[in-house]
Amino acid sequence: MMKIYADNAATTAMSDTAINAMIPFMKEYFGNPSSLYSTGQVVAEALQNARERAAKCLGCEAREITFTSGGSEADNQAIVSAARIGEKKGKQHIISTAFEHHAVLHTLNKLEKEGFEVTLLDVHENGIVTPEQVKAAIRPDTCLVTIMYANNEIGSVQPIPEIGAVCKEMGVLFHTDAVQAAGHLHINVKEQNIDMLSLSGHKFHGPKGTGILYSAKTIPLTNIIEGGSQERGKRGGTENTAGIMGLVAALEEACGNIDAVTEKLIPLRDKLIAGLSEIPHSVLNGDRNHRLPSNVNFCFEGIEGESLLLFLDDLGISASSGSACTSGSLDPSHVLLAIGRVHDVAHGSLRLSIGENTTEEEIDYMIQSVKSVVERLRAMSPVWRDLQSGKREFIL
Amino acid sequence: MALYSDKVMDHFRNPRNVGTIEDPSGVGEVGNTACGDIMKIYLKINDEEIIEDVKFETFGCGSAIASSSMATELIKGKHVSEAMELTNKAVAEALDGLPAHKMHCSVLAEEAIQAALEDYKSKKAQ
Ligand SMILES: Cc1ncc(COP(=O)(O)O)c(C=O)c1O
Repeated sequence: MMKIYADNAATTAMSDTAINAMIPFMKEYFGNPSSLYSTGQVVAEALQNARERAAKCLGCEAREITFTSGGSEADNQAIVSAARIGEKKGKQHIISTAFEHHAVLHTLNKLEKEGFEVTLLDVHENGIVTPEQVKAAIRPDTCLVTIMYANNEIGSVQPIPEIGAVCKEMGVLFHTDAVQAAGHLHINVKEQNIDMLSLSGHKFHGPKGTGILYSAKTIPLTNIIEGGSQERGKRGGTENTAGIMGLVAALEEACGNIDAVTEKLIPLRDKLIAGLSEIPHSVLNGDRNHRLPSNVNFCFEGIEGESLLLFLDDLGISASSGSACTSGSLDPSHVLLAIGRVHDVAHGSLRLSIGENTTEEEIDYMIQSVKSVVERLRAMSPVWRDLQSGKREFIL
Repeated sequence: MALYSDKVMDHFRNPRNVGTIEDPSGVGEVGNTACGDIMKIYLKINDEEIIEDVKFETFGCGSAIASSSMATELIKGKHVSEAMELTNKAVAEALDGLPAHKMHCSVLAEEAIQAALEDYKSKKAQ
């Protein structure tokens, strides 16, 4: 049986480059970079070197890089920092979107409880926010605009440089959660008008539990983790040196391969989209053109996502869904609801996120498997029966 | 997947009694698409009030399909009064347990059976 990993948006396998970059820092270079003797100092140097390389990948300065425990921590710190800066100036309004990751949304919820006001912009059916919307929403008391670079579920890519330009013009800080974009799309924070950016190592073949917060040097950060003077005093804790080495090696490798990987993935993604579009009463989620080269996301009417995933797993395919049953809550994914999919349809969603190792043969197998499983589930669905008999109206 | 017991996976992969019954003695449908689970039960009941045949259709997750399948197995060939006693606990136990957040699937199965039996009774009363 084929074994296909099609959940690269959830996490990726580590690359040999990343693993090999880590090993020496678990063996001979185990020292604490804060120690003054040479066993520590050699690690401190390697850390500084890694910081410079990471900065180069993002188009910023080394001192603008903070290593974190991942995307979530970077999102938390960026938003809280901007809120504290705003607060001091009496600015307590934040603009974001309804389909951000929970690392962003829950941080915003927390700030709302403190008295901040949050405007969540509509992301439209295609999952894209426009710079005009951002401009219209900015008020004199707006202290932050935080909008994700690319959505983790439906893959839609936002007009980040243009949104950044609006924020710059209006003098508002701009943060982007680039966890799904970093290493996959070309990013240059200065050219793209980004003040703060979060990324996570495990989304581009680096280790889990590693991430970066880029923040322009003019922005005073607020600690999420209090402690020692590591990371310019802005993030306490002995550095995850091996993890940082793996993260930066993976980032460099991924950034160097963006064009080649994109060129390879787009035809595969488009073939998968074309194949799944043949399933009647289905819809592609996320903009057809402005989307990650790796992302395919569909809703199929009349079926539920978890049973779809279980049957696909039986066929050797690892995928994900935004159905309520897979999230452990009663509501389907907030992302699908944000693009206007009603509950009935949102429960029947499937995300396949391919990677550079995906083959055309695997694409064919996935199309055939999804088709047969959807058919099988529809055959036992009372909803599908009602749709077919006209008792219930088709939405898709 | 370790999420579910082997029993659940067996009933999910090879659901018993899937389908419909023509001219059923009773039909019950519970749940809604908003919450993501719908179960429909069809009963064929003879003059001695024995459930001769039972079929189901389910829109829902793995445990919803398995719960419907198991519930139909538990009442097939039973007397109506006995079927009325079916509890969600019995369904979940017969499946070697369900994860806590999936227990509602067994509740739905119990309710679907009850609804079909009520439908049978009200039809008979007419
Ligand atoms: C868009 C987005 N933001 C944030 C995160 C959180 O990243 P991490 O798992 O590194 O905390 C993820 C991944 O789960 C993500 O997809």
